[in-house]
Amino acid sequence: MDQRSKILAIIRQVGGQSVDPSPEESLFESGLLDSFTLTDLVAELERQFSIRIPDSDLTPRRFDSVVRIETYLQGRQ
Amino acid sequence: MTGAHLRGFGCHLPERVVTNAEVAAQVGCDPAWIVQMSGIQERRWAAPADTVESLGIRAAQDCLARAGVAPREVGLLLVASGSSERRFPGPAAAIGAGLELPGVPAIDLPLASAGSLFGLALAAELTGRYGNILVVASEIMSRAISLEPACRDTAILFGDGAGACLVSAEAGFARITDALLASDGAFADTLRLDLAGPIHMNGQSVIMQATRKVPRIILELLERNRKQPAEVAVYLMHQANRNLIARTAKSLGVAEEKFFINVDRYGNTSSASLLIAAAEWWQTGAPATPTVFAAFGAGLHWGAVLAE
Repeated sequence: MDQRSKILAIIRQVGGQSVDPSPEESLFESGLLDSFTLTDLVAELERQFSIRIPDSDLTPRRFDSVVRIETYLQGRQ
Repeated sequence: MTGAHLRGFGCHLPERVVTNAEVAAQVGCDPAWIVQMSGIQERRWAAPADTVESLGIRAAQDCLARAGVAPREVGLLLVASGSSERRFPGPAAAIGAGLELPGVPAIDLPLASAGSLFGLALAAELTGRYGNILVVASEIMSRAISLEPACRDTAILFGDGAGACLVSAEAGFARITDALLASDGAFADTLRLDLAGPIHMNGQSVIMQATRKVPRIILELLERNRKQPAEVAVYLMHQANRNLIARTAKSLGVAEEKFFINVDRYGNTSSASLLIAAAEWWQTGAPATPTVFAAFGAGLHWGAVLAE
C-alpha cells in the first residue's frame, strides 16, 4: 500500500466514515475529523509509519488535509 | 509529602443560573449544539457586585466550616485565579483579609485552569513548614468572554464560581502521596486572556494538546506509584468539557463513571472547577480513594495529584 492509500485508510478508520477526501480538502471543515479524532489520527500515523510525533508538532493545521499529512511525513523521513 | 492530608473542601456558586437557551440566543447558536460540543447544560454567572475576592472568601469560609478549622489555624493561603479584576495585587491578600488572616502569607497563582491543581501540589510540599494551607480558586469568567457571535466557541463554555481545599500537615480523610506538574510555553498563544480581553482560545489546538498530555501525565503518576488506572476509585478533573473528560477515560481504559462530573451544571469555571467538583464529591459523605486529581489549561500547564 502506498503512503497516500495508508493515510486515506487511517482517515477512514479514525473518522468512522467511508468517504475519501480530496487531497487538499480540509479534514475539519469537511466534518471527517474533529479535534478528538485528529488525536487518533496522529496516534495511528505514529503506529503505522513507525515515527514519534512530538507534542510540539501537534497543531491542527499540520494534519488538516491529506497533502499536509504527506508533507509532514516526508519531512520526518 | 508524607505529612500532607486533604482535610476538607468547600465551594461557592453564584445564584444566577444561565441556561443554554439564554446563551444561545445571545451568541446565535442552537442550544443543542452547546450540549453536543461540551456537555454543558447550564452555568452560573456572578452578580454585578460580586468579585473574584468575594466569591473566593465565601468558598474558603465554606471549606473551613466544613473542615471544622478556625481561620486562625491557617498558616498559608494560596489563591488561583486567571480572571482577577486587577493586574496587581492579585486576590490572595484581599481574600486573606476577608478571612481575617492578618500576617498570614497569601500567594497568588495566576495560572487559570490548572491553578488549583498546582496549588494542591505546592501545598502538599509546604505543609511541613506552614501547617494548614488553604488553597482557594475563584473565577468570574463571564466577564472574560464576549457574547458576539464570532466568539461563540468560548462564550458557551464558561461559568463563574469558587472552590477551596484545606491541606493539613496533621490530619485528613486522604493523604496526598504524589504529584506531577508540567508546563510548555510554546503554546501560550493558543489559550489566553489579554489585558483587553476577551478570552482567546484555539479550541482544536487546546484539545489536541490536552487529549495527549492529560492521560499521559496521569499514567506516569500511576506508574511510578505502581497503580493501574482501574485501581483508582475516583478521577477528579478540571471540568473543561465533558467530551474531553470522556476522552481521557477512554485513553486510560476506564469507565467514564469513575470520573466525577459536574460540568453540565456549572460549565467551565477555569481554576475553580476542580475544587468545586472536589467539594461536591467530598460532600457525598463517602469519598473513595485512591483519587487522582488532574487539570490542564492555559500556559500550557497541566498535572496530576494522587491522594490515598
